[in-house]
Amino acid sequence: MSQNINQKTGEGGYITTKLQELINWGRRNSLWPLPFGTACCAIEMMATLSSRYDLARFGAEVIRFSPRQSDLMIVSGRVCLKMMPVLIEVYNQMPEPKWCISMGACASTGGVFDTYTMIQGVDQYIPVDVYIPGCPPRPESLIDALMLIQEKIKRGEKQTKLYDRTRHPLDFQPVALVSDAAAGLPQLTGSRQSLPEKDVETQKQNFPAGPLERAVTHVERTLTRGKNGT
Amino acid sequence: MALDLPSLLASLKEHFGDDLLAQTEFRGQHVLRIRSTANLPVLRYLRDEAQFEMLTDVTCVDSLRLPPGMQKEYPERFAVVYQLYSLTHNERLRVKAFVPEEPCEIDSVTPLWEAANWGEREVFDMFGVVFKGHPDLKRILMPDNYTGHPLRKDYPLKGRGERDRFQKYTEMPER
Repeated sequence: MSQNINQKTGEGGYITTKLQELINWGRRNSLWPLPFGTACCAIEMMATLSSRYDLARFGAEVIRFSPRQSDLMIVSGRVCLKMMPVLIEVYNQMPEPKWCISMGACASTGGVFDTYTMIQGVDQYIPVDVYIPGCPPRPESLIDALMLIQEKIKRGEKQTKLYDRTRHPLDFQPVALVSDAAAGLPQLTGSRQSLPEKDVETQKQNFPAGPLERAVTHVERTLTRGKNGT
Repeated sequence: MALDLPSLLASLKEHFGDDLLAQTEFRGQHVLRIRSTANLPVLRYLRDEAQFEMLTDVTCVDSLRLPPGMQKEYPERFAVVYQLYSLTHNERLRVKAFVPEEPCEIDSVTPLWEAANWGEREVFDMFGVVFKGHPDLKRILMPDNYTGHPLRKDYPLKGRGERDRFQKYTEMPER
């Protein structure tokens, strides 16, 4: 090792590359995922990470539970109203460059949970690079998504950068829920007395005997049938 | 030692009279229907005299839009439901206290059972029933600044737009 650089002959072989490509090569083969697992998709994610599917083959086995040390966020599971500010906060704390996988139907679209508390797709609020369909997706799908991220890095694509236009990204603070009054919503009303006549008529037609009575009768009938062996 | 339910009922009737609305049974499950104003003394009696030492759950039923034939079962809109368990007798008892819409409040049973604390907070969060004397009555499931009580029957299933009210990211302009 006493040779200096002028004496190098190239006999050992050498490659030439662009610095950016070298950096991208390093990045895509050492993705450090941040698991944002909130539901059953997280179980599949754990299976993907463990020995059977072995995400280590793709250099992404170093799970970091600190956003400061990770560059790939895997949102796996439902995100509810109370979780969304946390998700935005954690995403903002990740250093750049960063990527995001939205794993499963719930994280991507809200899934079957079309209710008052469920965020209908995290991509409304944070930029997502790869969506994985499935409920929950197979580990192969997650591996495929990781490979898509790797290809994206290899191509040297610009990151999806979505920021609040009005503020510097570092100053970003998730905004909490706006109150009803501020959103111009009417006060909730509802009373047993104020049930419209039309509803009463409809209900009488729909449930002549009442749903509970009918259900009980049905259960009774089923049970008797089982007992008598008929 | 099995529980002597008829004599328990008789003594309850003697102690509380009209506050005891009804007692029903369905498939071996006993339900006691009471006025909301009497929940604390009735439950204290059940705990101390009838050995129902354990409160397994506190929950609530909203009977708005009940089919007309069933409205007599619910004299008021809300029913706060206490699920009791007796370790001594290996018996369970359900106590329903009917809470009107206005004022929508009932005494807290946290002086009797510590276990009621979070259950009552959940009922308050989801149904808006106020528990008087609760040590820390605040929301437990929904965010603190949420308004409305989502498990009430008049609350829209898909919410009132709360899930769309977060700050949205927009594309950053090129520099």
